[in-house]
Amino acid sequence: MTIPFYVSPEQLTKDRSDFARAGVARGRAVVVLSAAEGMVLATVNPSRSLHKIAELYDRIAFAGVGKYNEFEALRRAGVRYADLRGYAYDRVDVDARGLAGAYAETLGEVFTGHPKPFEVELALAEVGDVPGADRVFRIGFDGSVQDGEALVVIGGHASEVTAGLHAAGVHAAPDSAPPPLATALRAIANTLVPAPDFANDDAAAPGTSRSLAPESGAYSTLECALLDRTATRRSFRRLTSSQMVELAVE
Amino acid sequence: MSLAAPYFADGSSFLDFAKAVAPDVLAAAFTREAQQGSHDICPPPTATTVVALTYAGGLVMAGDRRATIGTQIASREIEKVYPADSHSAIAVAGTAGLAIELVRLFQVELEHYEKIEGNPLSLDGKANRLGTLVRGSLGLAMQGLAVVPVFGGWDRSAGAPRIFSYDVTGGRYEEREFYAVGSGAVFARGSLKKLWHTGMDAPAAVATAIAALIDAADDDAATAGPDVGRAIWPVVAEVDRDGYRRVPDPVLAETVAQIFAERRTHMVESP
Repeated sequence: MTIPFYVSPEQLTKDRSDFARAGVARGRAVVVLSAAEGMVLATVNPSRSLHKIAELYDRIAFAGVGKYNEFEALRRAGVRYADLRGYAYDRVDVDARGLAGAYAETLGEVFTGHPKPFEVELALAEVGDVPGADRVFRIGFDGSVQDGEALVVIGGHASEVTAGLHAAGVHAAPDSAPPPLATALRAIANTLVPAPDFANDDAAAPGTSRSLAPESGAYSTLECALLDRTATRRSFRRLTSSQMVELAVE
Repeated sequence: MSLAAPYFADGSSFLDFAKAVAPDVLAAAFTREAQQGSHDICPPPTATTVVALTYAGGLVMAGDRRATIGTQIASREIEKVYPADSHSAIAVAGTAGLAIELVRLFQVELEHYEKIEGNPLSLDGKANRLGTLVRGSLGLAMQGLAVVPVFGGWDRSAGAPRIFSYDVTGGRYEEREFYAVGSGAVFARGSLKKLWHTGMDAPAAVATAIAALIDAADDDAATAGPDVGRAIWPVVAEVDRDGYRRVPDPVLAETVAQIFAERRTHMVESP
């Protein structure tokens, strides 16, 4: 008679977490940052059509890292959740907190109940009328939720990228005023663009501050979007590399 | 509440998704569960005349502000012209409640598609989608609760404005110059026939649209002319290369004053 194969819940959870965490760490970091003009979302993405950053609703944007098919399915589900809620009630009744809850429950169920957890990490950004009212929710592969305000980084090397942005003077102090959009874009380009060389070249590790002229083409590899604080309805705007270069000039 | 299977299904239509998840939020007209029975006991308000016309570089849509129940006025401030998305407009005539619901659903449908797919629908795609929505409410139309929209927008691929008219069965027809629908449409179309000409600019097109509504109101009791006393003007929208814009009230007030002044002059001068 064979002995039933026993795995303790601790071990099971740990194995699943390690598996999912490894998948997420392979994804390039996405930065969500409050600036004076609105919220900036940016990541290194060589593809022009497979987006990691997208519009969810009037004042809410979505960012996902990890497995593309998994966060893409979650993005579409989020659009459906938001549009249905806005249609059934009113557009002002759609908020990022409700969406974060729905995502957290879904990811939590998948983490424990499915053969394989989702290898994703999500961020929901909600732009406020004033910088102090900005909200970011960070949702992990196991359904854990953290809320932040001014600066959230998800994906691989998140802590290095956060440190790099702090070093560039962006939200270095907890209560510091939001930087102008130009400063935010320059700091993001400076911090994110060395990331591709990280594996080969320790000197160019993310977070290492270096002087990079915005004209140097650093923006061409970035996928970037702005939640425009002054917009009356849909505030999500994708920024092309030439728009970023223009906006980054002080 | 975790997101159930329909949230992860294929498809980019909001209507199909809402039917699967929450059919109760949709008007009965769009769920093919239209109630049997007669509306004669309690007739709903009817929205009346809307017009649309092209000009060099854009199009203008306008609607009067009256809704009626039988011979009574149900509303003198109803709006019948709306943005469908950033570069298109929809105007509606017929049963007011259903018409406004059709507009709301169409707006969400277009935005939903754009967000899910990452690209907006083509103008022809939008026009066809609206035809499908109108066809969906055919059951109620047969009971006398018809809704008939006019759709128009800036076609980026053609670099030109285009107008589409519909019938209650969802039939879609492209209009090259101008169109009017609703109870006063016959008079509005007659007016547009005389006033419309090629090469009009935007202000001339706005004036033509308002003149057509004034002419419709002259002969149709269910259509209201500009209400100078209460300063209630028709809703007039322009759509051009730069998108949808509602014409502001001061411009409308001035245009209405000009039209009335011209017509008064004609009357005084005539023998």
